[in-house]
Amino acid sequence: MKGHMFDWLFRYANPARFMGLSGRLLPWLTGAAALALAAGLYLGFSAPPDYQQGRTVMILFIHVPAAIMTSLVYVCIAVASLFSLVNRHILADVAARTAAPIGAVFTFLALVTGSLWGKPMWGTFWAWDGRLTATLVQFFLYLGYIALWNAVEDETKAARICAVLALVGAVNIPIIKYSVDWWATLHQGESIFRAGGPTIAGVFLWPMALMMLFYMLLFVCLWLVRIRTLILERRVRSLMQEAP
Amino acid sequence: MNFDMSPYGAFIWPAYGLTVLGLGGLTLWTVARWRAAKAKLALLEKR
Repeated sequence: MKGHMFDWLFRYANPARFMGLSGRLLPWLTGAAALALAAGLYLGFSAPPDYQQGRTVMILFIHVPAAIMTSLVYVCIAVASLFSLVNRHILADVAARTAAPIGAVFTFLALVTGSLWGKPMWGTFWAWDGRLTATLVQFFLYLGYIALWNAVEDETKAARICAVLALVGAVNIPIIKYSVDWWATLHQGESIFRAGGPTIAGVFLWPMALMMLFYMLLFVCLWLVRIRTLILERRVRSLMQEAP
Repeated sequence: MNFDMSPYGAFIWPAYGLTVLGLGGLTLWTVARWRAAKAKLALLEKR
């Protein structure tokens, strides 16, 4: 695995190279995120009310991206965890660990904004429906993962245990995705990533897509900064140990 | 641009407010931790 197709990845997974490359990328990614946010908000606040949902459709632009990021960030953690277990690469541990708090915040926002959308549309803030419950489970998975990292003192041991937890927890990702197909749910069915294309009108789809782009770029920026921070903190620790 | 959210402003604005707080707080925390680590490393390397 390490010999061929992932050679390029391991070249950049060297902490020194990673610091150089990420340092050069960050200003561009931050600028792109700011542009996507400005365009997304402009189009969002210019969109007309939906003929059924009225102005509550505004919540679509922040709820759907947060909900997608809930799963996407976890997939990143699971992939990094797999590399951590198979290749025992230190940067894979750092990548998995630093993504978790970002994923937890996205999941919390997906739950809260969904709840605030649910009240005027469904008449309730919460229902124990398949999609909502699976997302709540995902939130607890993030919290459990973060707590486990902090609970085990030996970092190598913590990385192994957390990687196993992350891979086992990945089973919840397809449950979140297909919950609206498997069970009769209060939550609406798939309307974006479906065969035959999205069913949302373009006037709402474009601002949502731009906000999605913003959320993704924000995640990448925050993730890179958090990985860089952990690399520096490790360097600080090793310097302190060396100091007389 | 239309900022009139009636009659659902009581749901829409808190949703946006919490999103700003959540993402803004996360960004500030991330940047503050980066700056603190950078300052600490600079101090140690100076010694």
